[in-house]
Amino acid sequence: MARVVVDVMLKPEILDPQGQAVQRALPRLGFEGVSDVRQGKRFELEVDGPVDDAALTRIRELAESFLANTVIEDFTVKVEDEKVEAGK
Amino acid sequence: MTARIGVVTFPGSLDDRDTQRAIKLAGAEPVALWHKDKDLKQVDAVVLPGGFSYGDYLRAGAISRFSPVMETVIEQAKSGMPVLGICNGFQILTEAHLLPGAMLGNNHLHFICRDQKLRVENADTAWTSDYEAGQEIHIPLKNMDGRYVADERTLDMLEAEGRVAFRYVVGGAAADGYGNPNGSLRDIAGITNEAGNVVGLMPHPEHAVEPLIGTGRTDGLPFFTSILKKLVNA
Repeated sequence: MARVVVDVMLKPEILDPQGQAVQRALPRLGFEGVSDVRQGKRFELEVDGPVDDAALTRIRELAESFLANTVIEDFTVKVEDEKVEAGK
Repeated sequence: MTARIGVVTFPGSLDDRDTQRAIKLAGAEPVALWHKDKDLKQVDAVVLPGGFSYGDYLRAGAISRFSPVMETVIEQAKSGMPVLGICNGFQILTEAHLLPGAMLGNNHLHFICRDQKLRVENADTAWTSDYEAGQEIHIPLKNMDGRYVADERTLDMLEAEGRVAFRYVVGGAAADGYGNPNGSLRDIAGITNEAGNVVGLMPHPEHAVEPLIGTGRTDGLPFFTSILKKLVNA
């Protein structure tokens, strides 16, 4: 079993009001010096079997046709080798 | 025999019954279609109604676009069958690439619900022939993801080809239904495909077909009389 991560972000030229709302909240919380925030989506796919070229190609097709709308969004696909413990 | 107009119900559709009612009031026969049906029951046209199909969990309209019924709708729309997408239906049509561009969250991040003034820019589509170009109409608007976006080239192409079918009327107080309600580029409220058989718009004509309810006007009814006339005369 392997984990493949698909990150989806709005294209840079597309207005991201959610990101802006987060950015505007930062000074109130005492976080200064962050001039821009953009909010995206992260999909973690647990894949059965080896993530070979064929599997990756299929996942890229999935990302392009379904997980992201390429009219407004860019995406990246990466294979995660080992579990990263977050927040520690 | 009168025209048969299909209305697709997806899990999460809200306005399918209102749309069926509007079709009946216009004098056509509404036909209920289910999202799992590949068969369109020999309808002459299809309306994709408003709501939150499949919960809008990925993006508005993104999951519905892959439903069995849409396989047939996409195929038939490409060969000329009239299709109208209202609100969530418009979102589905952009996700299905039957209409260009995409729909995003409102620029103010709020759900909006109000009576909205629109200008009919194109009265030559299958769904707008009972209007006149330049006519201003007043119909309800209610959405979370109503911000129409496309790249500059696409926007220029839509304008040059007269494919901006409806625009929000800007000017006056926003509370009067004037103004751009969601940040849609170039105040676009609705567009059509090149052939004029596929039309999508965010506001809801099906909620303005009887004088007793909604805006108290029947400004939405011509959508359904336009298509009836087209199908009966065809």
